[in-house]
Amino acid sequence: MKKLLTAVITLLLAQAALAGVKIEHWVSPTGARVYFVESRVLPMLDVQVDFAAGSMFDPAGKSSLAALTLSVLDLGAGKLDETAIAEQMADIGANLGGGADTDRASVYLRTLSSKDKREPALEILRTVLHQPLFDAAILEREKARTIAGLKEAMTRPDSIAGKAFWAAMYPNHPYGQQASPETVATLTRDDLARFHARYYTAANASITLVGDISRDEAAAIAESIVAGLPKGEAAKLPLPPPQPKGSLVKLAHPASQAHVYIGLPAIERGNPDFFPLLVGNYTLGGGGFVSRLMKEVRDKRGYAYSVFSHFAPLKQTGPFQIGLQTKRSQANDAIKVAREVLDGFVKDGPTEEELTAAKANLTGSFPLRLDSNKKLLDNAAVIGFYGLPLDYLDQYQGRIQAVTVNDIKQAFSRHVRPADLITVTVAAD
Amino acid sequence: MRLQQLIPFLLVPWLLTAAHANPYEMTLKNGMRVIVKEDRRAPTAVQMVWYRVGSVDEVDGTSGVAHVLEHMMFKGTPSVGPGEFNKRVAAAGGRDNAFTSRDYTAYYQQVPKEKLEEMMQLEADRMRHLNVDAKEFEQEIKVVMEERRMRTDDNPQSKLFEQMTAVAFQAHPYRRPIIGWMNDLETMTVADAKAWYDTWYVPNNAYAVITGDVDHHAVFALAEKYYGPLEGRALPVRKAQTEPTQEGVRKVSVKAPAELPVLIMGYKAPVLRDVEKDSEPYALDMLSAILDGHDAARFNKKLVRENKVALSVGIDYDATGRGPGMLYLHGTPSEGKTVADLEAALRAEIAHVQKDGVSEQELKRAKAQLLASQVYKLDSMFGQAMEIGQNESAGIPYQKISRMLEKLQQVTAAEIQAVAQKYFNDDALTIGVLDPQPLDGKARRPAVATRH
Repeated sequence: MKKLLTAVITLLLAQAALAGVKIEHWVSPTGARVYFVESRVLPMLDVQVDFAAGSMFDPAGKSSLAALTLSVLDLGAGKLDETAIAEQMADIGANLGGGADTDRASVYLRTLSSKDKREPALEILRTVLHQPLFDAAILEREKARTIAGLKEAMTRPDSIAGKAFWAAMYPNHPYGQQASPETVATLTRDDLARFHARYYTAANASITLVGDISRDEAAAIAESIVAGLPKGEAAKLPLPPPQPKGSLVKLAHPASQAHVYIGLPAIERGNPDFFPLLVGNYTLGGGGFVSRLMKEVRDKRGYAYSVFSHFAPLKQTGPFQIGLQTKRSQANDAIKVAREVLDGFVKDGPTEEELTAAKANLTGSFPLRLDSNKKLLDNAAVIGFYGLPLDYLDQYQGRIQAVTVNDIKQAFSRHVRPADLITVTVAAD
Repeated sequence: MRLQQLIPFLLVPWLLTAAHANPYEMTLKNGMRVIVKEDRRAPTAVQMVWYRVGSVDEVDGTSGVAHVLEHMMFKGTPSVGPGEFNKRVAAAGGRDNAFTSRDYTAYYQQVPKEKLEEMMQLEADRMRHLNVDAKEFEQEIKVVMEERRMRTDDNPQSKLFEQMTAVAFQAHPYRRPIIGWMNDLETMTVADAKAWYDTWYVPNNAYAVITGDVDHHAVFALAEKYYGPLEGRALPVRKAQTEPTQEGVRKVSVKAPAELPVLIMGYKAPVLRDVEKDSEPYALDMLSAILDGHDAARFNKKLVRENKVALSVGIDYDATGRGPGMLYLHGTPSEGKTVADLEAALRAEIAHVQKDGVSEQELKRAKAQLLASQVYKLDSMFGQAMEIGQNESAGIPYQKISRMLEKLQQVTAAEIQAVAQKYFNDDALTIGVLDPQPLDGKARRPAVATRH
């Protein structure tokens, strides 16, 4: 306890150490990419291990395999059963978590950085990554829970709309595959073990560390994580998603509000059009209370509590998306307004005044993106996983400042073609 | 991570406050308090202004007005036009929003540190000079009704919770939903919102919490400059409203389109009034951590993993608040199990604690988690401001937060067993059940209980 007290105070006195974020990067001797930010302010350590093992790698007919593999990892590994793993982590106040999206499977550890805490925490992390047991009885239990969750999601208007939207945008690509109770029911222990062996490998991993350790300690920790993984090879991507034709999907539901999504596959991570689209979208529907969509749909007409637009660049072409919820009887009116706003924006782009406001916010808010270890970790992990330039954060404000109205118009005309938009409504009259 | 959710506002940097005067505090002549917590790890700042007024202060017929006024607070003053507040925060590179609870209404901005002054100026302006405009109100009330549809009407769990709360409390204003009953929103007028603002939005009913890379002397000077000139005014007398003692179990069920049933068991429970003298809320907090503080804590281990009677299960207990407290057990039965099966299993776990208590090892584990979470909590400046603001709203001075943590570390197994025996009492229990209905209105297959 006394030691902890001293550590906290000493480090707080060494303040303002984070003026410019320095991300260190190296490739481990066994092939994994490592990203490290030294942050001595708090006596804690965050470690995230990302694998290209998201749902886009689910084999055909085996949707949910990626998500289930990740969620069963810490339910028994090496000599530890699921109870021992959770109890031992709790005993040292460490948290082990994770999540899988379309692209990534992430395992995340937060621990106190003192050696007597972090060493046992890291030992469990390694065991979970290297030697998951995939116990058959536990798998059956988790499958049942997953299936129940899927059935529940299939009653929720927002989930129904989201699934239908992705299915319509990506009819011939893994991004459009939707998990169903039937596909989950077929998954076996061997499926999980094979998926783990194929994708949880050194060549397919990036490791991000942020916190109260030295560069040498970070290197040793990263190496100890990688050393227990098979060398493997990087995941092979499927063919890029084709652009489907514009369409309207209308689904019935008894809810009082209609859920509406409008969008299409737009850009992948690293696409040079990202900055014009980001800056432009701020004015369209990304800038919270000050966007055009918010002004027209919410403020002027009271149609919706929430209305937004955003780009979600992924490993492969990720979506542009507008979302809103409104009283079911006025869904068509709300869609009409949203489309008018979008079409007008795609045609003319922002005004110079709007562009200036967008830049002021996006560059001015930059420090808020980095003011905690968790935010540093999230940023560094994205840079690492998607292979963005190491100076991405240093360049960020400059890239935004350089955007012109014409850049935005051109980028939108390339990626948001009104004729190709897919509209999904659930519970609209 | 789950412990942080369970005991979210008790987790504070007492290690630091022991060694520094930080946080710092001053009171303006008009009665407004300003609390500053310096944290210089990044060049940003958070301002929160908390008003000691929430849905608990509303009366029948205008439920939801506290939250409606929160929306109206963004609609302009004589010097800042409608929508201009958000624009100025955005131009400053900031993020802002507000939230309304039963006990308080709070407004915040997260900004680069050099923009703090402008935020204080803006927030001070709308504290006394809001233009509660009829035309703006006409649109905004529709937005709030859409918010209610989204949060409650189309969300079966929220609806169940709303109904259950209305049954658990009969006299105390906690019975009314924060968002307001739909009918009250439909009949609300701009005059209701204006009256609310005129009554409660005065500096002597407010306090500011500012965290970040700031110097407290400078912040105090800015507070004098912007908040200082605002005139205070006497507040209406708030009469104590005591919920009559519950004398028997209450039950409510809600039908809604869904797949899975939900069970909530809510017990009346004490909340912290005196940090030194009270002991039971601390014991209930630690009990919650032992039952539900990590994946192998008793509830999840037994009910989800071993018996497989539940798909998920949890506890919610907030040890602080202006009004009476409740402790909730909640869960969803597995396929082939019923809410009755789940209720029996939850009752068995509670009976186990009542009879045999908890182990020293479980208690030690919960305390270790609590200690670590105090360090993790420092990673968020917003979280640090929240924690001060929320405790203050419940009448707990921020200076006492460190003492609360010490008290939590001192809880014994015997105290935990004693509160389990005292408060898990059917006479003070309200049971809520979500009865899932098919989306197409057709009857679904009967949910038969099967035994293994």
